[in-house]
Amino acid sequence: MIKFVLRRIILLVPILLGVVTVTFILMYVIPGDPVLALVGERYDEETLEAKRRELGLDQPLFKQYLGYLGRVSRMDLGRSFITGRPVTESIAERFPRTLTLALSAMLLAVSGGILAGALAAWGRFPWLGRSMMTLSLVGVSIPVFWLGLLLIFLFSIKLSLLPPSGYGGGSWRYLILPAITLSFASLATIARVTRSGFLDTGGEDFVRTARAKGLGESKVLGKHILRNALIPVVTIVGTDFGSYLSGSVLTESIFGWPGLGRFIVQAILKRDFPVIQGSILFMAVLFVIVNLLVDLSYGIIDPRVRRMGGAS
Amino acid sequence: MRGRGRAVFFRRIPALAGLSILALVIILSLLSPLLSTAPPEEIDLDRSLQPPSREHPFGTDPFGRDVLSRVMAGGRVSLGVGFMARTISLLIGLLLGTLAGYVGGRVDSVIMRLADITFAFPTLLLLIAIMAVVSPGVVSLFVALGVVGWAALARLVRAQVMAVRERDYVRAARASGAGHLKLITRYILPQCLSPLVVVYTLGLGMTIMAEASISFLGLGVRPPAPSWGAMISGGIAFMRTAPWLTLFPGLVLTVTVCSLNLVGDGLRDALDPRMVVGKRDLSL
Repeated sequence: MIKFVLRRIILLVPILLGVVTVTFILMYVIPGDPVLALVGERYDEETLEAKRRELGLDQPLFKQYLGYLGRVSRMDLGRSFITGRPVTESIAERFPRTLTLALSAMLLAVSGGILAGALAAWGRFPWLGRSMMTLSLVGVSIPVFWLGLLLIFLFSIKLSLLPPSGYGGGSWRYLILPAITLSFASLATIARVTRSGFLDTGGEDFVRTARAKGLGESKVLGKHILRNALIPVVTIVGTDFGSYLSGSVLTESIFGWPGLGRFIVQAILKRDFPVIQGSILFMAVLFVIVNLLVDLSYGIIDPRVRRMGGAS
Repeated sequence: MRGRGRAVFFRRIPALAGLSILALVIILSLLSPLLSTAPPEEIDLDRSLQPPSREHPFGTDPFGRDVLSRVMAGGRVSLGVGFMARTISLLIGLLLGTLAGYVGGRVDSVIMRLADITFAFPTLLLLIAIMAVVSPGVVSLFVALGVVGWAALARLVRAQVMAVRERDYVRAARASGAGHLKLITRYILPQCLSPLVVVYTLGLGMTIMAEASISFLGLGVRPPAPSWGAMISGGIAFMRTAPWLTLFPGLVLTVTVCSLNLVGDGLRDALDPRMVVGKRDLSL
């Protein structure tokens, strides 16, 4: 197991290096002079030249790249062109809010999805199983931002139950609509997969054996069916993590949630390049690390993965 | 798609429904200049923000433009960008995937590391980053979408090529003196077609959604050019007074993506029922 973990971590290095390189190249090809964007166009040539030197932009490309690598490895992502504040500081302030939103959405998707899927598999409500397919199709087809607007329209404008947008100092009332919006696609998929998981495992030989040897129904369900039916759910939670990050950009913009996603969008509209570069790098690194953890967790759940050295 | 496959596809009601709706959306979008009651960019402040009526089934926007005409014209942009982007992804994916799978060795590892790096970014974020630095517009948009989507297709092609490469009929063709190009185009690639068609179609819905998301954020198609995403974001300020501005474009977008997914699922069932297409395979 340790060997497997080490192997995966070593494989991470070139990918992370690639991610840093891509963010560097992206910001290097900005049309126009970033110094002009920084100080405005009314400055004289000398000020511009000084600023250029200060930012190291007079250096050859390769040196700039090495400098960037060095700064990134020291966790220095530069300062905002507009506020002059270190990008890492802003990320540290805003990321916890994005995390709160993403984790709430994930919790909602997992609990709601498993509950709905299990109820549908139970068969007491036949309409639930039939609507599950429709729901999961709509879930993956409906744009996050439009769903958010529909919820605002219904719950804030028509019913005046919940605030349409804002952070409200972290009050749960402000969290509900964005969390539902962000969780919906995942919830629908989890519900469908849980349902078919329950139905498939319910017919397996080992479940019949468990029943035949006189195990109580709750034990059969909890120990034999649930455990096997939920393995695909773990997969979905893992692969959906990127959607939570991407979705947070849209969801936070609609609901005025002051997290990292909205921060990036605002920075783009203001052409604040160090902020864009730093935040996207942060999100990508986070994404890579989470995907690694997900892959490793398969190794724990399913020993076959370990022997193949990770199939993905 | 012959014989059994076609029968399976056409027996599935959801796939057929999806195909019909999709055809309707495509036809309406293409014919929008002929069908529209008013040009989508014609401003008439006298009829601004009218609710849906017989004359304007989707209502009018703050400038008095007919929302239905704009939705239809926006369909040309969204569908056009989607097809172009997906085709660019397909071409890059075919080229690099075949190269990786056929040549193998160092070429393979370089291409696959590039794919890994592309996969390392949450797709929408990578798109946003690209759109932040290139000049906005329809062309940048479909090129960016196309470039971002290559990795999944390349992986798929590579896996297929590797699976087919050493089959007996390919060896036989090689032994009888077929060149590399002929081997690839005549004997190997045709075997990869089914999964490619499925992934292309399923990815199309995702691409159209991504285009709408980018335009919604104001980084893609710029107003006054009509685009579903931009129309939805333009309507937010009027949610209280004129909800039809956000409702209708979003509804059409959802229905279009839905029908593309239905067609994709139907194709998968008809061509290769065992195929599992995950979110990561679409890289969107």
